Amino acid sequence: KSSVQTIGEEQIQNPYTELLVLKGHQDIVRFLVQIDDCRFASAGDDGIIFLWNAQTGEKLFELHGHTHKITAIAPFSSSDASEEKKHLILTASADRTVIVWDCSSGRQVQKVSCFHSTVKCLTVLQRLDVWLSGGSDLCVWNRKLDLLCKTSHLTDAGISALVELPKNCVAAAVGRELIIFRLVASNDGSEGWNVLEVKRLVDHQDNILSLVSVNDLIFVTGSHVGELIVWDALDWTKQASECNFWDSSVHPDVQPEIKLSQSPNETSVQHLTSDEECVFAAVGKGIYVYNLQMKRVIACQRTAHDSSVLHIERLPNRQLISCSEDGSVRIWELREKQQLPAEPVPTGFFNMWGFGRANKQANQAAKKMQENTPVYFLELVGDLIGHSSAVQMFLYFGELGLATCSADHLVILWKDGERESRLRSLTLFQKLAQNGDLQLKF
Amino acid sequence: MISAPDVVAFTREEELEDELCSEPPLPEEYSVPLFPFASHGANPWAKVASSKFTRDFILISEFSEQVGPQPLLTIPDDAKVSGTFDLNYFSLRIMSVDYQASFVGHPPGSAYPKLNFVEDSKVVLGDSKEGAFAYVHHLTLYDLEARGFVRPFCMAYISADEHKIMQQFQELSAEFSKASECLKTGNRKAFANELEKKLKDLDYTRTVLHNETEIQKKANDKGYYTTQAIEKANELASVEKSIIEHQDLLKQIRSYPYRKLKRSDFHPYEPEGALDQANAGCDQDLTTSDLADPGETQLYAHVPSYTPKLIKAKSAKCFDKKLKTLEELCDIYFFTQTLDQLHQIERTFRGDVCYLLTDQISRALLKQQSVTNFLFEDVSFLDEKPPEKQYRGCQGLSQDAVDRKCSEESPAPKVVISLGSYKSSVECVPIKMEQEIEDPEEPKMTESIMFEHQENLDYLDADIKGSISSGESIEVLGTEKSASGLTKSESQASLPVSPSPQVGRSKVGSRRTVSEDSIEVLSTCPSESLIPEDFKASYPSAINEEPYVDDEEGGLHFTPKLNPDNADEQEDISKRENLVQVDSACCIGKESPNFLEPLPDLGQKPCNEDGVVRIPPQPYRQVEPGLRGSFGSFPSHDGISGGLLPYELDSRYLTGSREVSKSSLDECSDSTSYISSAASTCSDRTPSPAHLACQASERHKKKAGQNALRFIRQYPFAHPAIYSLLSGRTLIVLGEEEAIVKKLVTALSIFVPNCGIYAKPVKHWVTSPLHVVDFQKWKLIGLQRMVSPAGVNMLHTLSRYSRYVSILDADSKTLRCPLYKGTLVSRLADHRTQIKRGSTYYMHVQSILTQLCSKAFLFTFCHHLHLPISEREPEESVVNRRMNFLKLQLGLANEDIKIVQYLAELLKLQYIQEPGQGVNPLLRFDYVPSFLYKI
Repeated sequence: KSSVQTIGEEQIQNPYTELLVLKGHQDIVRFLVQIDDCRFASAGDDGIIFLWNAQTGEKLFELHGHTHKITAIAPFSSSDASEEKKHLILTASADRTVIVWDCSSGRQVQKVSCFHSTVKCLTVLQRLDVWLSGGSDLCVWNRKLDLLCKTSHLTDAGISALVELPKNCVAAAVGRELIIFRLVASNDGSEGWNVLEVKRLVDHQDNILSLVSVNDLIFVTGSHVGELIVWDALDWTKQASECNFWDSSVHPDVQPEIKLSQSPNETSVQHLTSDEECVFAAVGKGIYVYNLQMKRVIACQRTAHDSSVLHIERLPNRQLISCSEDGSVRIWELREKQQLPAEPVPTGFFNMWGFGRANKQANQAAKKMQENTPVYFLELVGDLIGHSSAVQMFLYFGELGLATCSADHLVILWKDGERESRLRSLTLFQKLAQNGDLQLKF
Repeated sequence: MISAPDVVAFTREEELEDELCSEPPLPEEYSVPLFPFASHGANPWAKVASSKFTRDFILISEFSEQVGPQPLLTIPDDAKVSGTFDLNYFSLRIMSVDYQASFVGHPPGSAYPKLNFVEDSKVVLGDSKEGAFAYVHHLTLYDLEARGFVRPFCMAYISADEHKIMQQFQELSAEFSKASECLKTGNRKAFANELEKKLKDLDYTRTVLHNETEIQKKANDKGYYTTQAIEKANELASVEKSIIEHQDLLKQIRSYPYRKLKRSDFHPYEPEGALDQANAGCDQDLTTSDLADPGETQLYAHVPSYTPKLIKAKSAKCFDKKLKTLEELCDIYFFTQTLDQLHQIERTFRGDVCYLLTDQISRALLKQQSVTNFLFEDVSFLDEKPPEKQYRGCQGLSQDAVDRKCSEESPAPKVVISLGSYKSSVECVPIKMEQEIEDPEEPKMTESIMFEHQENLDYLDADIKGSISSGESIEVLGTEKSASGLTKSESQASLPVSPSPQVGRSKVGSRRTVSEDSIEVLSTCPSESLIPEDFKASYPSAINEEPYVDDEEGGLHFTPKLNPDNADEQEDISKRENLVQVDSACCIGKESPNFLEPLPDLGQKPCNEDGVVRIPPQPYRQVEPGLRGSFGSFPSHDGISGGLLPYELDSRYLTGSREVSKSSLDECSDSTSYISSAASTCSDRTPSPAHLACQASERHKKKAGQNALRFIRQYPFAHPAIYSLLSGRTLIVLGEEEAIVKKLVTALSIFVPNCGIYAKPVKHWVTSPLHVVDFQKWKLIGLQRMVSPAGVNMLHTLSRYSRYVSILDADSKTLRCPLYKGTLVSRLADHRTQIKRGSTYYMHVQSILTQLCSKAFLFTFCHHLHLPISEREPEESVVNRRMNFLKLQLGLANEDIKIVQYLAELLKLQYIQEPGQGVNPLLRFDYVPSFLYKI
């Protein structure tokens, strides 16, 4: 009955055959952030931040300091050439504080508690060595946690997302508005910055939920009603927009029935990610791939999950991972559809895509489209089932594996069983050599 | 409880058997009698049918100064056990071979009576006529009212099977030493109390006498003393002397544990974990003997308030008073402790010796499998202390360091030819005298030095002679049978009062006083005159072939035939031979031929018709890993009548094969084995748990084995289910009824590999929905099926996590799990198996799992299977090599590979685990399709 694509128990391409459950949190775990090659932090509604070793799953530190849930977290590593690289993390909480933690010692470095509202987003501008906090106003801080400048009170709802743009600019999503700020060096001091509001963009119909910078020229925003707008990063003009993910006419493979069932909630753009060519949007339960060059959606999976997709990420190997409120994590691969104009497309294939009887007309339309452009599709290559509640976020660690965090208070580390087995053998023989057990005893 | 092993064979397993094979029995005329003599009530194991008791028991006897040897109590305390066996006579026998009580009382040149802290002696005694063989442990308890303050006691383990006594000698000795130590500790406490009371009495008496004298003095001031006054003064003087004597005794008894503690290998009996204190006591200042072991001073400290009595000058004659009972001699707490220990000994050594041996051997072997044994072995077994520790407490004064080393490293039995010890005992005579020095501080120092000296002597002796000669010595004292021309009574008497060897005896005695435990094999074999001549001729070479243990290298060597030292030895031997010939009546002189005589042909006929004990004790010793390799070289030495080694090996193999054949019998038909236990007349032959701690788990094993057997017969899809367990996929047994589910879980639990050295990852009964964490923790779960909405929720989670689990539905009898096409499990769980007993099946499973473990071990620890040989070697070729090894070398097919791979992962995890930090539980899984199996 469910139109969600499923994959059998045989998943050859799924490398994750080992899992480690990391227990510690006492409430929903919402954030995962990578600190360096083998460490990451998790934080959530219990106000505790845990530092983990991504290889062994060892709990490194348990950071206590916030009294309310964590609302934002950002890594902040120093780039001082003089000293060794120092890894810090910034955490903002509903208790209206921001704390800076030292990841190597697990100690609280400093705490700022002069906020008038909860800080909802944190952004580090590595280039300028400052960090921004966004709540009901936007503040600029330096490394020593001196407040450099701040904007006037913007809105009660506060800034929901921040993204760095070229030329010392930042885009802040405030409700349905997108405000561009520019940081300018103050005339008097050496280290002073002033923040100026440059432009307000009001093209979105509803609250902006996601904001992502694609490259130095383009950034993309997505809103609650499923609008996706591509902006020029330099002059902040609208380059393209896609506002009808639910509109069947745009897509070859959309059925009219589905349109009726679509509610605004199910079309909200929850999360965006991108590579050089495409923007990947988590829209409602589905995943859409928007090609920036062609300025259209090239592939989509309307019902990729049983419920809202919360986070998606693009892997270097053309794979895409999504996690959802239904508690599962799925691995997709963007594949080019075989150009087989002569052969009729097997219905089974379309079944997989979520529409029952192959619509002849749609099929015809599709064929027309295929003539000049390659057609892509997202194929499910594996799913990870472990969490018993919504998977809030995940963090891809390359060959070390994948960390997922969930509302069931757990963080799960998914690993490649083959690789782990090999590593264990290596450790084993190292230990054998160390113990001198390799020598023959007589 | 006591007769449990017997009962089991007839009830539980029988019922089940009937239930399982419903085939009609074969008509009687076609059935072949399994054992030809079965109808006569005999059994193939009944070697000694003449014994008058039904099973092994422990006897405590005393050599009473009033009535002579008398039995005190038996364990188990049941008249049926000893049956018609003459306990009085046997007490006489065992008490008559006591060598430990040498001399107590006033030593010459000493003003005060001395307590002699004698070591227990350990003797093996056989009485073929009675069909009884005994390990006899003599000990001395102190009693202020007894003659010389000592009361000789003995504890004897009596069995109809001489092999058992001989082969379990080391274990028996260790266990009895513990019990004895406990008893003696209690006795010292009681004795000290008694002394204190006596001192108070004396003190009081003195005061009274003193007052009386004063009064008399005042009463007559005539200037001369009446006889009365002189008498009083004498009396006073004797009381004074008595006080000093008793104080000295008290000092001695209190200094005892402290003196003992100086020896590193002595572990005093500790009531409840006061060991640390005791150890701390070792390092304390030695100046005053009052600073005795804190543990014991504490014991002595709480003396209830006591009203002193006046002591009459003339004490009553010893025959008028009633001697203290054993309970009175010993603090009640320690007495009950000792009894508990003895009961445990009785339980431990119950059963056939081959069972005990096999158990010990397999235990010792398993202990060596330190890398893999956690997988399928009992947790309780792994928790056990290493065997060396068990022996430690009992070594006492006798075992010096050299000896300990020898005994631990030697795979051969501790054959101590008395040649060496005889010699060293001669040398030891002056040392013994050193012990009796007045100064409480001085003697200890000298003593310890002397001990060292003596050790060195012994060591030297051992070195030169190429024999292990320190520590315990085995002496064979031949007592003549009536057949040899002497009368019975003479043969009895000849033990302690043998015609001539006063010199020899005192030497032996003094030596014992110093340090020795002695193992004496008293055989009622024909006298020396009957020993064939060729035996005598052969014994020097037998000595040459003795295993020589070099404690430095820990290796085993044979002294080459032309060892330069041998010249000495030969001389020595010839001297001794002369001695033997000159003084043929001397029982000590006889020991050597008697002892050596059976050596050459031990391998051929370990037991003689007349039931004479000839086999030296041969405890199973844990073989050092390095020694295993050298086993292969034994047969080559074997050719030249290789001392005891061939026999040792033989016997081990013998017992091993005996056990094998027994188990194969079990497999074919149970009837033979139960006949044996049913018809058992001499001693309790049914295999019984060798260790009390394992008794419960033994029963559990049996039950689990039985349930498993039933499972594989009942469920055609047992194989994939077992495969799931072996490959680390969690199996969930789903059912409404707790009992059924738990039974299935128990049955299947024997196939579950452990993930660490903790408890098995088995959860018998769960009622709440499962999470991924549970699959990480448990590999076998019994889950309640509920008909409520919660149940629906639970089923939902199950289907959600279906990739991690196999589900066995106990209600609808279905199984959902991956396909299994391997061959391994079919050997493990053949539904047509002939095995009928649960314990047998359990053993069958264990053996196959052990095979599997060895495969996993090989696979895990082959370097090139996991890592590239050269830097540039691609990963694929390593993978190929790995698969080839699994398929071709290990002969695994299909899914069997996954089992070995999973076990290998567990081994790796266990090995690389850092001590202190637990294993991170991880869940490994495969993306493989599951299938639904139905009956």
